[in-house]
Amino acid sequence: MNRCAIVGIGQTHHKAKRQDVSIAGLVREAASRALADAEMAWKDIDAVVLGKAPDMFEGVMMPELYLADALGAAGKPMLRVHTAGSVGGSTAIVAAQTVIAGVHRRVLTVAFEKQSESDAMWALSPKIPFQPQLTAGAGGYFAPLVRAYIRRSGAPEEVGIAVAVKDRLHALKNPYAHLRLENIDAAMVRDSPMLWDPIRYLETCPSSDGACAMVLTDDEGARRAPRPPAWVHGLATRSEPVVFAGRDQVDPRAGRDCARDVFDQARVTDPRREIDVAEIYVPFSWFEPMWIENLGFAPRGEGWRLTLDGATALGGALPINPSGGVLSSNPIGASGMLRFAEAAMQVRDQAGEHQVPGARRALGHAYGGGSQFFAMWVVGRERP
Amino acid sequence: MDDGFEAPYRLEYTYRRSTGAVIGRFLGALRDGRLEGVRTAGGRVLSPPLEYDPESGEDVGAPVDVGPGGVVTTWTWVAAPRPDHPVARPFAWALVRLDGADTAMLHAVDVGGEPGGIRTGLRVRARWRAERTGTIRDLECFVPHDGATPIDVARPTTEVSGPVALLPSPVRLDYTIIAGRHLRTYLSGLAKKRIVGGRCPRCRKVYLPPRGACPTCGVPADHEVEVRDTGTITTFCIIRIPFDAAPFPPPYAAVAVLLDGADMPIFHLVRGIPPEEVRMGMRVRATWVPDAELAPTLASIRWFEPSGEADLPYESIEAHL
Repeated sequence: MNRCAIVGIGQTHHKAKRQDVSIAGLVREAASRALADAEMAWKDIDAVVLGKAPDMFEGVMMPELYLADALGAAGKPMLRVHTAGSVGGSTAIVAAQTVIAGVHRRVLTVAFEKQSESDAMWALSPKIPFQPQLTAGAGGYFAPLVRAYIRRSGAPEEVGIAVAVKDRLHALKNPYAHLRLENIDAAMVRDSPMLWDPIRYLETCPSSDGACAMVLTDDEGARRAPRPPAWVHGLATRSEPVVFAGRDQVDPRAGRDCARDVFDQARVTDPRREIDVAEIYVPFSWFEPMWIENLGFAPRGEGWRLTLDGATALGGALPINPSGGVLSSNPIGASGMLRFAEAAMQVRDQAGEHQVPGARRALGHAYGGGSQFFAMWVVGRERP
Repeated sequence: MDDGFEAPYRLEYTYRRSTGAVIGRFLGALRDGRLEGVRTAGGRVLSPPLEYDPESGEDVGAPVDVGPGGVVTTWTWVAAPRPDHPVARPFAWALVRLDGADTAMLHAVDVGGEPGGIRTGLRVRARWRAERTGTIRDLECFVPHDGATPIDVARPTTEVSGPVALLPSPVRLDYTIIAGRHLRTYLSGLAKKRIVGGRCPRCRKVYLPPRGACPTCGVPADHEVEVRDTGTITTFCIIRIPFDAAPFPPPYAAVAVLLDGADMPIFHLVRGIPPEEVRMGMRVRATWVPDAELAPTLASIRWFEPSGEADLPYESIEAHL
């Protein structure tokens, strides 16, 4: 097996509306920045792996056909990956696996969403025959699970508010972040409208236009790279059925299994001590403590204590989402890849104001669908 | 045959497409009644323009005027036009290479309705719509042209000029959903105020609706069992955000109800209690629509209401999210 290194990373400045560019122009921007970071040209790329969330979000069926020109894919293998919200992560994993397997040597991987072209609430809430319409949007699906987590763990309501504040403070240090709330504080979150009780408006993610891209390569490519690479220490995906009796959606089995697999590959036995920074997929603030537990950073029912103790803030023992996370930028299809890319930026010392000093190993995490798809990678400063 | 188990399912939306500089300029030219291409670094002229050179992947260069005449490079005949087609009588879909371009554009050619009028190599010119809005439909179609006489160039019909940055893009997909065997069992029960689940013969779990296969065991989970119309709320959220298809003005409670005899909760509404008093573990009973309104749909249960029984302990239901 080959080693896989990340030698180029690019992203757009995420915004509510990027009406100055087409979808092709949006992905091009991120891909060009990744190539520039790697000091490569389009001709240097062997294959392209593209990901995005459901086609309904932009109404462009099979966008990989239309985007081949924009990604310099003529005459090259091009794949499109789809695993709902986790797709940005699983796309990076498919790309990395082609390097690890020795199939390709320099792979461009790209993920995007241009939410301003439609309305995710509409796209996720079709009026299906034979049943009444009860609720709408991702919030309506996830709010009852958040309530179940709160009930099980006994966490105080301050936890959801604390995550919402912390990630927006982090976003102020990230020039690419969409939401920039200069005056964010607990009172602003608490006073924001309750949408899907117990989830408040400011405890939810925004809708963003944005893209992310990475150039992945093998040992030889890493030697030629102009800047220090990040190395893949482990990567894993898992899925589970969206419906089965006894399914624990607060602490899904697929997420636990995926975390164990990725940490085993990376020889991480105590994630809380050995992982320096984590970028995890938190579209609603309460998912920070839920995933802290699911990932094994804390025992069941205890994850929220890390949040309230400040451990997950920049400067804490386990900084989570120093980029501002999904709560600050949510181009859905790209959101998972942004977690993976931000993890790689941390171990490359490339994260600027939101850098965790001396970060040696980082986790990138994404989930999607009804918490049924998981994708994770551990990246490190040293070649494994 | 519509026996209540077929239903229309329409997905309809008008997307808001942002076109980008290259395509936006092309659409603006169409609105002016002009045809444009773009020149690549290799010197080729692409029309319709592409944002990136498909050969090299590089950005394309400056816009170039092309046409207004062109030549048919290949075609296919449409004997029975559809309502949305650009020409009402029989016509050809053709690839038309405009004068000055190296690539061809797909568009309609109106040759008067007779298939004998179309051929590869036919010289054509654009026929423009009088009212133009900045879409490809501004170019109504191509028509034969002898190549000798000059071609009238259309004049702008509006004072608007410049690129078309945003393009409304309506999409409509019409499906017919047909309930399969297991869903039919469930739906026909609901029309008779019966709630029919399916038991997995291996793990003994009861699924609602019954399923072709147990997701855990992989065997048919369709041994029919009737479950009761009473149950327990396992979790819920209170909807406080208004949305188009909402069943009630907010706030209202959407709840997961574990019916007595089932192993999977169903999602429904609870009424008859202020939303803030809804509790996990609360016992509820279905409120059915009047008999005359019963139909094969879960909407035959109007909502659930508190039954007045004592709450169940949370531990007994926490595994049923």
